[in-house]
Amino acid sequence: MRETTQQEDFLRGIWRENPVLIQMLGLCPALAVTNNVENSLAMGLATLFVLCGSSLLVSLCQRFIPGEIRISAYILIIATFVTVADLSLQALVPDIHKALGAFIALIVVNCMILGRQEAFASKRPVGRALLDALGTGAGFSIALVMLGAVREVLGSGSFLGVSLFGPSYEPWIVMILPPGGFLTLGVLLLGLAWWQERRPDRIEASQRRQAGSQEAIAVAGIATSGRPTPTRGEAG
Amino acid sequence: MSELSWIFLSAMVVNNFTLALFLGLCPFMGVSARVETALRMGAANIFVLVLTSLTVSFLNAFILERAPYLRIISFIVVIASLVQIVETVIKKVSPTLFRELGIYLPLITTNCAILGLAIFQTNRDYNVFEGLAFALGAGFGLTLALVLMASIREETELADVPSIARGMGLVLIIAASLSMGFMGFAGLLSST
Repeated sequence: MRETTQQEDFLRGIWRENPVLIQMLGLCPALAVTNNVENSLAMGLATLFVLCGSSLLVSLCQRFIPGEIRISAYILIIATFVTVADLSLQALVPDIHKALGAFIALIVVNCMILGRQEAFASKRPVGRALLDALGTGAGFSIALVMLGAVREVLGSGSFLGVSLFGPSYEPWIVMILPPGGFLTLGVLLLGLAWWQERRPDRIEASQRRQAGSQEAIAVAGIATSGRPTPTRGEAG
Repeated sequence: MSELSWIFLSAMVVNNFTLALFLGLCPFMGVSARVETALRMGAANIFVLVLTSLTVSFLNAFILERAPYLRIISFIVVIASLVQIVETVIKKVSPTLFRELGIYLPLITTNCAILGLAIFQTNRDYNVFEGLAFALGAGFGLTLALVLMASIREETELADVPSIARGMGLVLIIAASLSMGFMGFAGLLSST
């Protein structure tokens, strides 16, 4: 039974079912810590680690976890890996740990992770669960870094701490404050919706144009009708 | 202004959980379509927040000071079982209230506002009463944000917005302006 290929398992989470941009999961960390690229990256990687670890363990233990208490078991497994991530970050990069604050611990309640366990890892072999976790975690990190890059470039005029525009740049302070998080994600989603709306439009418009021109040829062949079809105007 | 009412006010408007700290965004986006459901979700949240705060004070005082590395795991277990107990009790005692709250009770387990409250309370070393004030402030703050959002969204239902904004994009932009409004309360901090 192979409804999806391994490549799809991995790629799906990155773009087509991106947790933040498409499924709107894990929004709290995605908005809270993305005021610069460094924090976004750290958060993305920490989540990736927790997701891979728990997917691996859930997939390995799927035979031993009774159905009635599976959610509690998943949460316990996730909480264990979050504790590992929390303590390791505290020891290795104390500055970043301080900047992320409580949000490292809050990875436990990131619904994206529990969602992947329930929907995927608990029913699939280890390899595929791991691929799926890697893809979803990578998609999450990419979305976070995207948000962090926009907010840091506009809000502090720098990228990864390196100043981009020189001292004359007046930073948009609001972008690194809470409203900037909502605003950046909102505009990104509007852009995405616009892009998605245009795609079927384009196909449809080109079909219509083709059909229109064929019709026009046919009509022109029989009789001369001077009325242009309104399809172009709509498509434009 | 006394210490307790200050903690309450600070958690409710200045550091509003949803609009300033980004906690509890899932219900904020998910159940803010109508004012009535928003109010119920808020009420359920206040209830669970207060219970969590009490339990966390107890845990911190008696158990976790010997094993701080177990914090995250024990908090999440406590919250999950607390929600489960509350659900069972309400179902038995008041079936009407249970129907009213419906699916929102179990959803609260994965609401990061609850775990966030537990962690903040621990980090700031609040005692029982300060913790209670904090929980009440956070709960009312969440409810305030939810109801404000729901009221605006009910209006936008009828508004003629561009087709691409019919979805989460618009909700996030509204949230951005609400959040900007709440930043005005930050002035309260320096005035005391």
